[in-house]
Amino acid sequence: MESHVITNTQPATHWFKAAPVEAFSVNGGACVQYKGMQIAVYHFKATNEWYASQNMCPHKMQMVLSRGLIGDTCGEPKVACPLHKRSFSLVTGQNLNGEEYAIQVYPVKVEEGFVYINVGPAEGH
Amino acid sequence: MMNIVVIGNGMVGYKFCEKLVAKSTSKAFNITVIGEEPRPAYDRVHLSAYFSGTTVEELTMAPASWYAENGINLLTGELAISIDRTAKTVTTQHGRILSYDKLILVTGSGAFVPPIKGVEKDGVFVYRTIEDLEAIISYSKKAKKAAVIGGGLLGLEAAKAVLDLGLEAHVVEFAPRLMPRQLDEAGSTILQNKLESLGIGIHLTKNTASIEGENCISGMIFTDGTFLEVDMVVISAGIKPRDELAIKSGLATGTRGGIVVNDSLQTSDADIFAIGECALHGQMIYGLVAPGYEMADVVVSQLTGNNKTFTAYDMSTKLKLIGVDVASFGDPFCTSTKHRTIVLEDKVKGVYKRINISEDGKRLLGGILVGEAESYNMLLQTAKNNILLPPNPEDMILGARGGSEGAQGSGVMSLPDEALICSCENVSKGALCSAITEGELSDIKDIKKCTKAGTGCGGCIPMLNDLLTETMKAQGKVVRKVLCEHFTYTRQELFDIIKISGIRTYDNLIEEYGKGHGCEVCKPAVASMMASIWNEMILKQATIQDTNDQYLANIQRGGTYSVVPRIPGGEITAEKLIVIGQVAQKYGLYCKITGGQRIDLFGARVDQLPDIWEELIDAGFESGHAYGKSLRTVKSCVGSTWCRFGVQDSVTFAIEVEERYKGLRAPHKLKSAVSGCVRECAEAQSKDFGIIATEKGWNLYVCGNGGAKPQHAQLLASDIDKETCIKYIDRFLMFYIKTAEPLTRTATWLNKLEGGIDYLKQVVVHDSLGMGEQLEKEMEFLVETYQCEWREVVNNPQLRQRFKHFINSDEADPQIQFREERGQKVPVGWSR
Ligand code: SRM
Ligand SMILES: Cc1cc2nc3c(=O)[nH]c(=O)nc-3n(C[C@H](O)[C@H](O)[C@H](O)COP(=O)(O)OP(=O)(O)OC[C@H]3O[C@@H](n4cnc5c(N)ncnc54)[C@H](O)[C@@H]3O)c2cc1C
Ligand code: SF4
Ligand code: FES
Repeated sequence: MESHVITNTQPATHWFKAAPVEAFSVNGGACVQYKGMQIAVYHFKATNEWYASQNMCPHKMQMVLSRGLIGDTCGEPKVACPLHKRSFSLVTGQNLNGEEYAIQVYPVKVEEGFVYINVGPAEGH
Repeated sequence: MMNIVVIGNGMVGYKFCEKLVAKSTSKAFNITVIGEEPRPAYDRVHLSAYFSGTTVEELTMAPASWYAENGINLLTGELAISIDRTAKTVTTQHGRILSYDKLILVTGSGAFVPPIKGVEKDGVFVYRTIEDLEAIISYSKKAKKAAVIGGGLLGLEAAKAVLDLGLEAHVVEFAPRLMPRQLDEAGSTILQNKLESLGIGIHLTKNTASIEGENCISGMIFTDGTFLEVDMVVISAGIKPRDELAIKSGLATGTRGGIVVNDSLQTSDADIFAIGECALHGQMIYGLVAPGYEMADVVVSQLTGNNKTFTAYDMSTKLKLIGVDVASFGDPFCTSTKHRTIVLEDKVKGVYKRINISEDGKRLLGGILVGEAESYNMLLQTAKNNILLPPNPEDMILGARGGSEGAQGSGVMSLPDEALICSCENVSKGALCSAITEGELSDIKDIKKCTKAGTGCGGCIPMLNDLLTETMKAQGKVVRKVLCEHFTYTRQELFDIIKISGIRTYDNLIEEYGKGHGCEVCKPAVASMMASIWNEMILKQATIQDTNDQYLANIQRGGTYSVVPRIPGGEITAEKLIVIGQVAQKYGLYCKITGGQRIDLFGARVDQLPDIWEELIDAGFESGHAYGKSLRTVKSCVGSTWCRFGVQDSVTFAIEVEERYKGLRAPHKLKSAVSGCVRECAEAQSKDFGIIATEKGWNLYVCGNGGAKPQHAQLLASDIDKETCIKYIDRFLMFYIKTAEPLTRTATWLNKLEGGIDYLKQVVVHDSLGMGEQLEKEMEFLVETYQCEWREVVNNPQLRQRFKHFINSDEADPQIQFREERGQKVPVGWSR
């Protein structure tokens, strides 16, 4: 095998190893802590999709999104905040109620029974 | 271009413009409207709604901009004072001269003011225009007692208005009965009883001789010498056609008023038409809008070359007077026709129904309905269309015997296509059906927009509803409320599917009967149904539960939760009170006595919930289900054990009721109360089901609530014993659980239930659906399978795991912050 020079197109991404799959709730959300951040992770069992977002609902700045109901609207996966049912797309983070605020979403992968979250540039949030 | 001048901008004047504009495609007409009132035409029929806050804008038929957009020159606040028939011009009070090719007189009528001594006094009013109402409202502030002269349709409406203004109300009628034109003796007696029970004084066979008083009115003297003390008088003794302009211009008028017109509605001058309440056709003045609209239509057709004519018009009416339905149709008296009469009279309920049938028993000639007029539309149509009567015509007025609604629906479909459904706008059944089919209309709003049916007096709306449902059904379409985009079933259908298929998880259900991932609407709805059917521990499917059910606690500001232990009936020992205090102290919880007779502990972190509950459960407490769409509290008053008025032991019964239904999940939350006597200290009549003690047993009320739209509960059964009471509640609750839409409280459910409380009584008390036993069994199952959810969580380490803020750390949520207020902690406010 030839060796390649890898060019870094993105700032150093960091896949954070969050927890084993069994620790997460099925068809629901769960909250993980990473360096003072709270990240909500959602698992859609039927299609085996995983999503992650900030845990804070931007409506009233409450750390609650992981306790929201998940689902879809016209196929778009979403989470509804438990406090006032504002919904956010888990793909784009967009607010689906037509309001301005959006949420940060993060890529998720599952490897060997562990859930990893791409928290972006390793530091500096 | 033809010059059209319209004098009068009332309801009929407006309708004439609307119809003319709609018919004339090319700009063939140059229309000018002269109206004396300061604003464009408004809905006089619903004038009384002005008292209850309906605005002038809402009453307006069409705004001034509508006239402008349609090229109509509208002059408001301008009186036409003369007509020069040779020069063909009209002169107005402001000296404006308008020439016409055709002139339409739509001057309506004014109140007829009998020549009584003193009518000119301050404090005497008529009831016809918005200005009249404004004057009445402002004068009523300094008045206490008012009399309305005239016991006809308008007089009674005026009496209701003064009653609503907070005055003592009296009605003075010359004839020996109320509404002499519409009702017979027996019918008007029933109406009179009803009005008197509302506190309206009724004075019949009274001829007013004079209105007394110097600066203000002191009372009225009648020709029989009696005196009635009042300080305000509203005259509503009939109408007087506004024919003064016609008389001045030499047009033929009737001896008792009205501008004489022929079948083409031309006056004695062929270029001048008269329509509406000012027109005298065949010795008749039609004091209703529907014939006026028909007249407008006839003249428009005359002007556009389709020479339609006007023939005698049906004067059937249905109104709701002070909450009492009153209707008369066809020939209500049959004084000169041979006929048979069938009468149904219920003095207790205040219902009177009379139908007149042809001698051979085959045709319906007319009739009178007081107190209940549900069958009015069907009867009217049967009479008008000469429909052959069924062998037992009395069924037509006995009707409404529990759940016979369906019969009405199919009844509409049996009418011929020509049957007029909306007589105000002249829309036939055939026209409606084709509009529904061709226009693919699916609700009343669309029908109104498309056909104008239902936009007049509104009396035909129940029939429009039936027609819509039946026509859609005939097309194979069903009017259904599906749950959401993931399930194309109604809640009721899904309820049956779950029950029959035996499916116990949301995942299986959506896989087999739905699509997608679900959402925040269908998940909690399905969770609620499964709880009502299988009664399994709800945290087995935690992630489909609504917010509060997911953590068996109410989430609050800052993301903390509240803890509400059950305190059945509000009764609690000192020992238990101490435990609550100790737990609150240990975990630093804010304490508050709730409006539901128990104690709420606020500010618990999610990770503290199982520990807190463990201590409470050890002390004998159970979950209070303050978080669930389920039974909350059964409030009680102290009852006969302590209270000197109590007739039964309300505390014991309240505790029994609460223990029976605790944890019961339903489409919405359920609240109850038991009071020990009629003083009703437990407020049972504001609950989903409430019980009030009587000397002989208990009265059961259902479907009340407080909240945003308070509604009193209605009596379902009286003087029943405890066992019967529980049996009826079992049936009532199960029937509600099975049939209500998601998140619908019992009051809203009842409001939508066809047949209302009477139907519910049939189902629950008389078991008309034959479901009683099954409903009781289903409830028994739920009662037997009850388990305290918190006890299960506390004892189940796996479930306890859910109550952690982070899955990868045991830390508590570091974001939660409190401050102090009056010696207790409270969350810091929303950060924005
Ligand atoms: C604590 C309490 C206020 C108090 O401090 O007294 C309360 C607090 C709440 N009420 Fe209430 N209601 C409380 C008595 C009432 C009452 C009075 C009563 O029950 O006698 C009413 C009016 C009566 C009725 O329901 O018919 C009442 C009508 C509502 C409504 C409006 C319901 C409606 O049909 O319009 C809501 C909203 C809802 O349920 O959708 C509501 C919802 C709520 C919620 C659950 C809102 C929420 O989800 O956070 C509050 C939760 C408090 C918590 O965290 O525990 N609360 N609420 C009372 C608890 C009673 C109890 O012991 O369980
Ligand atoms: C309180 C109340 C309740 C009613 N309830 C019902 C009901 O339930 N059902 C029902 O069918 N009917 C009801 N009616 C009757 C219904 O309102 C009338 O039948 C209808 O308004 C008649 O319309 P119209 O255009 O002929 O007359 P109006 O609506 O009286 O309009 C005539 C207009 O012409 C104006 N005018 C008169 N002379 C001149 C002039 N020389 N120059 C310029 N303008 C002039 C008047 O100021 C008035 O604005 C009720 C009436 C009242 C007052
Ligand atoms: S009335 Fe409103 S603010 Fe008060 S407890 Fe009930 S829901 Fe909360
Ligand atoms: S805090 Fe999330 S919707 Fe209000």
